[in-house]
Amino acid sequence: MPENLFKINAKEYILPGTRACQGCGLSLAYRYALKALRENTIVTLPASCLCVLHGIYPSTPVMIPCLNNSFASTAASASGLVAGLQAMNRTDITVMAIAGDGGTFDMGIQSLSGAAERGTDFIYVCYDNEGYMNTGTQRSSATPLGALTTTTPIATKQQHKKDFIKIMEAHDIAYLATASPSYPIDLYDKFVKAKKIRGTRYIHLSIPCPPGWAYPPKDTVKMGRLAVETGISPLFEIENGRFRFTGRSKSMAEKGNRLPVINYLEKQGRFRKMNIEQLHQMQRWVDGKWQEYQRRAQEQ
Amino acid sequence: MNNVQIMTGNSAAAIGAKLSAVQVVAAYPITPQSQLAEILSQYIESGELKAEYVRVEGEHTALTVCISASTVGARVFTATSANGLLYMHEQLHWAAGSRLPIVMCCVNRGVGAPWTIFNDQQDSLAQRDTGWVQIYCRNNQEILDTVIQAYRIAEAVYCPVMVCYDGFVLSHTMMPVAVPAADRVREFLPPYQAHTILSPEDPRNLNPVLFPWRRENSAGVLCDGYMEMRYKLQAALEKAPAVIQATNRDYAAVFGRDHGGLHWEYLTEDAELYLVGMGSMASEATQAADLLRKEGIKAGVVGVRVFRPFPAQVLREAFQKARGIVIFEKGISYGYEGALCSDLKAALYRAEHQAPIHNYIAGLGGRDVKARELADAARASWQAMEKGIYEQPTSWLNCFTG
Repeated sequence: MPENLFKINAKEYILPGTRACQGCGLSLAYRYALKALRENTIVTLPASCLCVLHGIYPSTPVMIPCLNNSFASTAASASGLVAGLQAMNRTDITVMAIAGDGGTFDMGIQSLSGAAERGTDFIYVCYDNEGYMNTGTQRSSATPLGALTTTTPIATKQQHKKDFIKIMEAHDIAYLATASPSYPIDLYDKFVKAKKIRGTRYIHLSIPCPPGWAYPPKDTVKMGRLAVETGISPLFEIENGRFRFTGRSKSMAEKGNRLPVINYLEKQGRFRKMNIEQLHQMQRWVDGKWQEYQRRAQEQ
Repeated sequence: MNNVQIMTGNSAAAIGAKLSAVQVVAAYPITPQSQLAEILSQYIESGELKAEYVRVEGEHTALTVCISASTVGARVFTATSANGLLYMHEQLHWAAGSRLPIVMCCVNRGVGAPWTIFNDQQDSLAQRDTGWVQIYCRNNQEILDTVIQAYRIAEAVYCPVMVCYDGFVLSHTMMPVAVPAADRVREFLPPYQAHTILSPEDPRNLNPVLFPWRRENSAGVLCDGYMEMRYKLQAALEKAPAVIQATNRDYAAVFGRDHGGLHWEYLTEDAELYLVGMGSMASEATQAADLLRKEGIKAGVVGVRVFRPFPAQVLREAFQKARGIVIFEKGISYGYEGALCSDLKAALYRAEHQAPIHNYIAGLGGRDVKARELADAARASWQAMEKGIYEQPTSWLNCFTG
């Protein structure tokens, strides 16, 4: 493993000129994911921000082969690629399915659950920007409590985010990890590791989104860091049921220097209508999750 | 040397897929297709068929698996019925739009709500405009032969093919079927060689977003827009009738069985009254024609084997001596009439020879329809036609409409 930036694969698989928004957290994360997976990879993705990043026909900035498919079918498409490659005796290729939280938490959950239950040999990546950002920031089941979206425009979202990682863990898959583009080495290492493991691997990317979260594009890395430092998006991996904090979250767990969620929430326009009760609820919710993770980390 | 076995339509379809050396199968069980999914599992688990079987969690995934496996060059097969087919609807468009030679069996069943597990053709008829070739079989022999032919057709025109056969009437009914030898099928249908395979050696971004207009690529070459790609799908389907006919001829030459290509005819040489249908309905009509002939009515049958691409030219020729046409359909375009009736009327627009056309909706949700009842309906229409009644409202056969 690289452990520092100088050991990261220097080759770029995304040329300048993607159609992502300014300050897109996904483009950062995707860049490092492809560097880790390298050439012998096929990507499949649904209608999503990433589909837009991949460009308008007949040009694409991405040099890794990619199959676009319909919204609900990302993991189904990966299942087809894996079966087809097996039938064609091309078992050396890594298949990566990648979709947003809409294509994962909501519409794509059936095909993902099916593929994971079958132990399909692929990497599934959810880039979670906490809303239907490609269609203009509508509410998803990954949207946090108290966030304004264009379909919760006045009252804000009244429910907590779905704990999708728990759902994936319940499938007893080979490898599960969370990562953030604000911690590229941690992210890169996890993709390198995932590539070497057989079976279903799930990587959850916490992706800051300037237009959807309403913060200046220059603050993407900062926003990703705050998500980790407040414990909202902890960095960890679960291998064969063994939970392990990684990177910044690991040192936070050791030092106990987790920041209050307000430090993160106050910097994003989407939380401007969050009331004090919601703020407390959110803090309690994050505290509860963090304590659960800490318990699990100590059990190992 | 013919190896004749007694089997169901589902077995015939499974053997057709096995003989076609399919490499990836993905199917989700649904009555009356389930047996087909089971037989293929048996073939693959026993090693009789070397293929990947993806035991998917739903039909939308079944077709998606076929789409993606086909994209990397595998020959793929799936099958479904009724609501399963409707659940695939989005991916039917995706498969045709991706120009992939997928073959699927649709074991025809009525569509809910309310639930029926029994046969009609509303399921596949409702998928008419998805860009798939649709072939309707009339017996189990034709099912086996058509699955093999379907791959030749699909891989020649790069369009998916739906092989339709009636649930229970064919899927669960035992009939003698001649099983061709595997090596001869392999000669007729060599392994699939895709013109494009998605691979790391040739990275592409397949099915990306398109703008409405044509755009230049990085080399300055003007490339298709969305509309040009749609036109090419249509052009491929317009080319398909000739391919279907040639495939049928070649198959007949090798295996000695001719299922008619785009359509088939029965006792039409001197016929005045034509009974028309698809699948087992058209088979039933041949018995009705026999009954009518005994009464002195010169009846014949035209079975429409291929519904899409619609064989307008061939049907115009088939009806050039008709004095009356009676169409029996196991489906309806709600708010109008049977889809086959509408399409046939359109095909005969400004044809030199015109004949009255009457339309009957029959056998929905497995409602029994006997040859005698078809004959009764056809006779009543014939008597009206002889009095000059060109058109009458679409009639629902064996249905209490009071």
